[in-house]
Amino acid sequence: MFDPQGVAATRRRFLGQISFAGLAITATPAWAEKMVKLPLPDGPEERPLTTDFPQKGPMILQRTRPPLLETPFEVFDRGVFTPNDQFYVRWHWAAIPNAVDVETFRLTVRGHVDKTLSLSLNDIVNGLPRVELAAVNQCSGNSRGYFLPRVAGAQWSNGAMGNAKWMGVRLKDVLDRAGVKAVAVQVRFNGLDEPVVDGAPDFMKSLDIDHARDGEVMIAYAMNGQQLPLVNGFPLRLVVPGWYSTYWVKMLSDIEVLAQPDDNFWMKTAYTIPDTPHANITPGQTGVKMVPINRMVPRSFLTNIKAGASVRAGSPTLARGIAFGGDTGVAKIDFSADGGKTWQPAKLGKDEGKYGFRQWETHFTITKKGSHSLMVRCTNSDGTAQPDTPSWNASGFMRNVVEATPVRCHGLRRADRC
Amino acid sequence: MLNRMIALGLLLGMALSPVSVWAQSAPVLKSVSVNLPIGDRMFSDGANTDAINNNCVACHSADMVLNQPPFPKAVWEAEVHKMINVYKAPIDEADVAPIVAYLVQTKGENRSMQRGRSRCIAAVCRRQP
Repeated sequence: MFDPQGVAATRRRFLGQISFAGLAITATPAWAEKMVKLPLPDGPEERPLTTDFPQKGPMILQRTRPPLLETPFEVFDRGVFTPNDQFYVRWHWAAIPNAVDVETFRLTVRGHVDKTLSLSLNDIVNGLPRVELAAVNQCSGNSRGYFLPRVAGAQWSNGAMGNAKWMGVRLKDVLDRAGVKAVAVQVRFNGLDEPVVDGAPDFMKSLDIDHARDGEVMIAYAMNGQQLPLVNGFPLRLVVPGWYSTYWVKMLSDIEVLAQPDDNFWMKTAYTIPDTPHANITPGQTGVKMVPINRMVPRSFLTNIKAGASVRAGSPTLARGIAFGGDTGVAKIDFSADGGKTWQPAKLGKDEGKYGFRQWETHFTITKKGSHSLMVRCTNSDGTAQPDTPSWNASGFMRNVVEATPVRCHGLRRADRC
Repeated sequence: MLNRMIALGLLLGMALSPVSVWAQSAPVLKSVSVNLPIGDRMFSDGANTDAINNNCVACHSADMVLNQPPFPKAVWEAEVHKMINVYKAPIDEADVAPIVAYLVQTKGENRSMQRGRSRCIAAVCRRQP
């Protein structure tokens, strides 16, 4: 197989390192790590905050290999664009090339096309129309750690998401250059990562041909004005606006036009959801029709007030956060300071594009002492609002319930502090 | 003439989505070579650590398992068999029982955990009647 990046060599080297690591006694002492607490029901709550990953700043360590790195939630309060060095990371297989040469890298376009292409990065960056788009990239299982009953998988809090301004080329333009044949039904995407063991299913994802050619799906070579960090998919990543991140194939190196629907494991079995409203089923329910996960749903978060915070009584308090509409823009944000009994509209920040984060803010006043629940609810441009109750499915996908943040107010006497 | 062409180009660009940014320069891409951490922490604390260390950390670091909540034995059995059947983990059938035993012993769902879960579900119910 064409192997310009030496992936096979990387894999051999990697397996060699593993056997070495098994013998070595070099574990970092736990006390040396800064820990963060994620309030997951039943725990475990503690995770290291790591700076061990190349081109990355402090990240919540969910798994070292293959990397699962979560964005610390306070990052989302700083603006609508998530910095590259704190953008979350999720890989399926541990054989990830640790070097990419920009001169020898090639993107192959093959299958049911008039002409097979082998495109260099220069062909892509300088030979095709350049486009830019803000879009949220969110893991299908973002917030899985809050599912009840709990489900196995990456135990994310809410930080398996991020928003970037993606620069690249339209997938449509690349497909047009190859010439898609009339028999095409889907397009399959593969990256440079590989399974560690023989016979295991290589990670590949597919889109319907009309979706692939909609002019919005992109091949990105930059995020937020910079080349992608290696662990975020350098040098090329598929961008599928409004769809869950499972389709945003990293280190994209191979595009195959298919004449029949893709039945590979990662399409047919993994990343499927119950074909029910909100992908919701009862725990233990069987015999449900499953379909590939697809469009995102609206979500919103309070970012400037943490759970358990005290708020001042009788005077206006600023509430601020981010929201996204899922597969379309944010139409409105409503805020409640009384656990959802009454709602007030929040003011929306600058619109950077319908697929991106939108900042919101409002002021609220609490007068009664005791515990209060702050809630925020997004309604998207299609009129779809976040539900009041959490849905459940066995994979822990698509959580988008209205989030509640408990705060305390101790009363008015002590210098008006709550 | 040139101006008219630029104007036409801009109009075409505006009509398409996502926004065309031909005028904007792309960053010059530079080759990357990095080292990714291996995660050399091993399973410890208890019996059957050999079985899990010998079979499970070749494909993923131990922290993935240690960050899971407590699950009933049936869930852990299903996970181990998924690793074998779907992800082709080369695990000896003889090692399956000790691996599951380790997981149940360190990450099993005991009575206190059951109480914790009921409390959490009740909290959700209170919040969202």
